[in-house]
Amino acid sequence: MTEATSTQAEDAGVPAGPAILETTGVTKVFGGLVAVSAVDFTIPERSIVSIIGPNGAGKTTFFNMLTGLYRPTNGRITFQGQNITAKRPDRIMAQGVARTFQNIRLFATMSAVENVMIGQHARMTAGLFGSILRPPWVSREEREVRAKARETLDYVGLAESHFDQMSANLSYGDQRRVEIARALASDPALLLLDEPTAGMNPQESDGLTAFMRRLRDEKGLTILLIEHDMRVVMGVSERVTVFDHGEKIAEGEPREVRQDRRVVEAYLGTQAEETGE
Amino acid sequence: MSAVAASARRIQAIPHFQRVATALAIVAAALLPFFYKSGAPFVDDATIALAYVGMALGLNLIVGFAGLLDLGYVAFFAIGAFTMGWLGSGFFSDAGEGGNGIHFFVADRLADVPGIHMNFLVVIVFAIVFTTIAGMLIGLPTLRLRGDYIAIVTLAFGEIIGRIAINGDELKLGKFPLIGGPLENVVGEGSTLTRGRQGITPVDKIDLPGVEQFVSLNLRPWYFTALAIVIIALFVNFRLRDSRLGRAWIAVREDEVAAASMGVPLVKTKLLAYGTGAAFGGLSGAFLASYLNTVNADQFQFSFSIFVLGMIILGGLGSIWGVVLGAIALSFINNNLIPDVLNTWPSKIGLDFDLTQLSFGIFGFLLVIMMVLRPEGLLPERRRQLELGEGIGTGATTGVGGAEDLYEARG
Repeated sequence: MTEATSTQAEDAGVPAGPAILETTGVTKVFGGLVAVSAVDFTIPERSIVSIIGPNGAGKTTFFNMLTGLYRPTNGRITFQGQNITAKRPDRIMAQGVARTFQNIRLFATMSAVENVMIGQHARMTAGLFGSILRPPWVSREEREVRAKARETLDYVGLAESHFDQMSANLSYGDQRRVEIARALASDPALLLLDEPTAGMNPQESDGLTAFMRRLRDEKGLTILLIEHDMRVVMGVSERVTVFDHGEKIAEGEPREVRQDRRVVEAYLGTQAEETGE
Repeated sequence: MSAVAASARRIQAIPHFQRVATALAIVAAALLPFFYKSGAPFVDDATIALAYVGMALGLNLIVGFAGLLDLGYVAFFAIGAFTMGWLGSGFFSDAGEGGNGIHFFVADRLADVPGIHMNFLVVIVFAIVFTTIAGMLIGLPTLRLRGDYIAIVTLAFGEIIGRIAINGDELKLGKFPLIGGPLENVVGEGSTLTRGRQGITPVDKIDLPGVEQFVSLNLRPWYFTALAIVIIALFVNFRLRDSRLGRAWIAVREDEVAAASMGVPLVKTKLLAYGTGAAFGGLSGAFLASYLNTVNADQFQFSFSIFVLGMIILGGLGSIWGVVLGAIALSFINNNLIPDVLNTWPSKIGLDFDLTQLSFGIFGFLLVIMMVLRPEGLLPERRRQLELGEGIGTGATTGVGGAEDLYEARG
């Protein structure tokens, strides 16, 4: 199933296959706090990679740097061979990196379809005068974008009766779907999902897991996710990276990571120390 | 479930009904002056009301659509009006070669008059260009700000322009760095920027090709010109609302971080809102300068910004017809109800003041009443109606977790 062919015995921490995204020494400092510290990280093309770690480990901060919401204090991020370090979020999106948010951030008063249409903003060309005068090509573009939005919503499994509803009225699960559709609408090469299964029951999580595989296989997407649900992480990821206190402490196949001493310490360490005292 | 189905129905635009209603409203507005004498006070008030509608629709793009609270809209009125004053009056009396004036597509009666006299159609092009640039300039420093802070900066900008208008009678154009020399060659030696509180007057009457001469006694051509401005503003509002740009504005209004992450360039999108909205301030401003026959620094006070903002809040932020209604309502309250109908009431009960002195107190009171009884405005925008009417807090889906500070705004 995996196309990422394991080349010769490389360093255990470096994934095989051509990298779609690569970071070297990425660091983010807030005041005196080092949120992310010199992280080297690569994602092979068409793979599903998870980042795990305790709360406050710097996972979301790392995400925010990848998508341009934060400017890294140090380091370099390359996507498909191009330097995207500290580029504007909309530029990074236009290059093919789309994301969802940990706490769903839909445009609450816009309908599901309109939300997904915003996802295609960077792919559209109508400017101020095009929007006002609406020549035929702008009307066509609008129609196409709307049709594609509906198609994408259908793809993520939203019931058609909900397409034109204000997104704030949708159920939690449907809001997650719309958010993923909004990210997919831009035809990204890399999809970043920040805790996509948060608040889902096991059945829904399984559904999403299957959906992620489908995205990779059908659309050729590369997926990077932050996830707390170990069942999802172990089930779907080809590689797992573990963050703790802003540092990458382990990386590898799920099996290896699960047995890594430092990972066990990061998750259980405090308790072990407490009992030791 | 029925409520959900109902809102599903409501959020879908009802273009056919709206198109018919729009056509009817415009036809009614076009016929209105024929029920009155050509110089009737009502036509005068209606003309001014229409000019205000044009401004309110412009401000609606900035505040209603893009959610950028602008408290300095008067600046655009001022710049538009001064453009008319500079380019369509005898203010620069030494302008042109030998002080003969500069003339550009104007009627014969103005051809020998000193000063700069350009056709109204030329003037409004300048007015739109100047105000759009000013709108973007005011937009620039607010790009890193949110909400209330934008309001403070725009308020200051409005005040700066107002102060310049008042003290401009001491600003010699020739003393301006870089452009001063060439500018003085055009406008004449010793010219100043404004005429302060004295005002630039008279201002050229509008002169349109193929239309009867605009005079003070026949108000109908003025009325129709103002109506044309409103129709353009309406057209732009409607078209932009359902377009790529309009959607981007609403997305920015709802959640800047998410909008940027979804590919909406914040800087460009916001500047386009400021620029487009400002252009209508300039257009209406140039019209009013000619109509009122003066460009007077006292017209450009902070209270006017609040007056226009009050119109769109009263009508319903973001709601195009609401804004039209709000602007007409406030304009008539200001120009008719208070000065003509209610003005003598305090003296009737033995109080020694005119009600006009209290106009802004009355507007403030009106707004407070509105906020209590109908916070979404008289004719609310669909989105806000759903949001406020059905008790949906946007906080449920956005802004949780202190993520508001997420985006480090970039220039």
